[in-house]
Amino acid sequence: MNKKLLMKKAIYALITIFIVLVFNYFLFRILPGDPLAMLLRNPKATPEMIEAAKQLFGLDKPWYTQFFDYIENMLTGDYGTSFFYKKPVSDVIAGRIMPTLIMVGFAEVLAIIIGILLGVIAAWKRGTRLDVGMLGFSLITYSMPAFWLGMIMVVIFCVNLHLLPTSGMLTPGATYANTFEFLVDYGRHLILPSVTLGICLVGEYALTMRNTLTDVLSEDYITTAKAKGFSSGYILRKHALPNAMLPMVTIIAINLGFVVGGTVQIEAIFSWPGLGSLMYDALRARDYPLLQGVFLLITVSVVLANFIADIMYSYIDPRVKE
Amino acid sequence: MKSELRKRKIIEFLQAIRDNKMALTGSIILGIFILAAVFGSVFIPFSPLEFGEVDEMLLPPGPGHLLGTDDMGRDVFANLIAGSRISLFVGFTATLISMVIGTIVGLTSGYFGKMTDQILMRITDFFLVIPWLPLVMVLAAMLGSSIFIIIVVIGVTSWAGTARVVRSQTLSVKERQFVERTVSIGADSGHIIIRHILPNIFPLVFANTVLIVAVAITSETTLSFLGLGDPSTPSWGMMLHYAFECGAASTGAYWYYLPPGICVVAIVLAFTLIGYAFDEILNPKLRKR
Repeated sequence: MNKKLLMKKAIYALITIFIVLVFNYFLFRILPGDPLAMLLRNPKATPEMIEAAKQLFGLDKPWYTQFFDYIENMLTGDYGTSFFYKKPVSDVIAGRIMPTLIMVGFAEVLAIIIGILLGVIAAWKRGTRLDVGMLGFSLITYSMPAFWLGMIMVVIFCVNLHLLPTSGMLTPGATYANTFEFLVDYGRHLILPSVTLGICLVGEYALTMRNTLTDVLSEDYITTAKAKGFSSGYILRKHALPNAMLPMVTIIAINLGFVVGGTVQIEAIFSWPGLGSLMYDALRARDYPLLQGVFLLITVSVVLANFIADIMYSYIDPRVKE
Repeated sequence: MKSELRKRKIIEFLQAIRDNKMALTGSIILGIFILAAVFGSVFIPFSPLEFGEVDEMLLPPGPGHLLGTDDMGRDVFANLIAGSRISLFVGFTATLISMVIGTIVGLTSGYFGKMTDQILMRITDFFLVIPWLPLVMVLAAMLGSSIFIIIVVIGVTSWAGTARVVRSQTLSVKERQFVERTVSIGADSGHIIIRHILPNIFPLVFANTVLIVAVAITSETTLSFLGLGDPSTPSWGMMLHYAFECGAASTGAYWYYLPPGICVVAIVLAFTLIGYAFDEILNPKLRKR
């Protein structure tokens, strides 16, 4: 990728992050629920108290100073204090990042592998029962709300089969003799949330893979390869798949916003102690500083991930020069 | 002459839908839901929000209550019917808002170009890339949970994809000769956009929009489920919310948590099928494949 394009993309990503910051600023200040509004509604509040509160929140300064203070705080990781946990927001968030990454990571890997497999089989056996079955499966799982699938999974695997725990990340109060026991317990808790999220994601990947591979298989160079007498398996592996994989990279990146949405639902259903359930809890407790922090972290990560995918895409697809 | 041509195009389009299995399946499912939403309540002697007596709570399906009752004694079937009305209403109105915003932004951006395009497209990027459910959750939590606010929030946050499609289509239509000719005889921008560009991009907007209906319905359900819904509105999401809160999944009250979920899947599937089929029908390159 040339430097000019890279610069342009980087600037676009920065602009988006800046809009996110501005949006966040106004959203959490103008809308109801800011601490000063609550104080003003209290009839016992004296002018001195209001003045002190204004000073505390920096509201006595002109708006541009307030805005730059806010930007500085956001950039230095100072997100204020959580109403509910009575701890700095950044501390509360820090402990929640790993569980989400692990859960989503497993789900994504599962969904990508199975999605690609299903898509390849469907495209290869286009028009057969196998293809129709794959299409049906993909479309139905794609239409399913993540939280509802989660409920169904709990009914099947926890209530009826008694195979897996319903919620949390570790058995409460359990002591582990060694790392292995710990990992087994963790894994047992991880299976349901990860598999549920994976099932929700697999449809989109399978459909994309099927469509692009069908496109690629109708290209002239595939006909040429056939005419040269290569076996169909060889053509699929060496000619068709490498080209069909390209759009998958984009889809996986574009899908990230959707993955985050699914994560919130899944974590809420299974009480998985990650960012999603933290956001859900912050919302229920109307813990605005925490909500703002989580929201900002999630959005900025997705913007950055998209930017990285954009760059990666132009590296693996040499045709993207412009 | 012109209306003849248009009529023939519409007939061709309808024939294409009839011949397309996906579109046909989707249309049939959707038709059932529309009928249920319009006429369903005539056949049910219960009101969806009417609480039952203590001995009427969590009744399994039976002769009186066809699909049983929920933990507050309300008839599940009556709620399902009312829910289909809410879902379709939310789906269509939110999509209308999204379609109008998306079309206006896309047209303006594509037609005027330059700085206008730059600014509008950066805003579009923001809405395109930002994780959508958290955004809607935050907005719904801040603005309150009436069904109209939920509709507006969904509509205002889901137009970015449409804007992109409309913009690129506007760019290509703008370069065509008939537009250049119209400019050269002195037509103003408004006339060109409304009379010449809009009719040419409308089919694509339409195909794009059908998929948004599915998204809008899913998000209303999800928001309601997460407790951000309108408690005075009987929707499938609210049913699932109550079902989860009362632990219907672990007590085996399958008639409570299964039907609303199946309805959501069916209606979203219907719109997804129709959307994909429209894409195929309106995009000749895909059709030949």
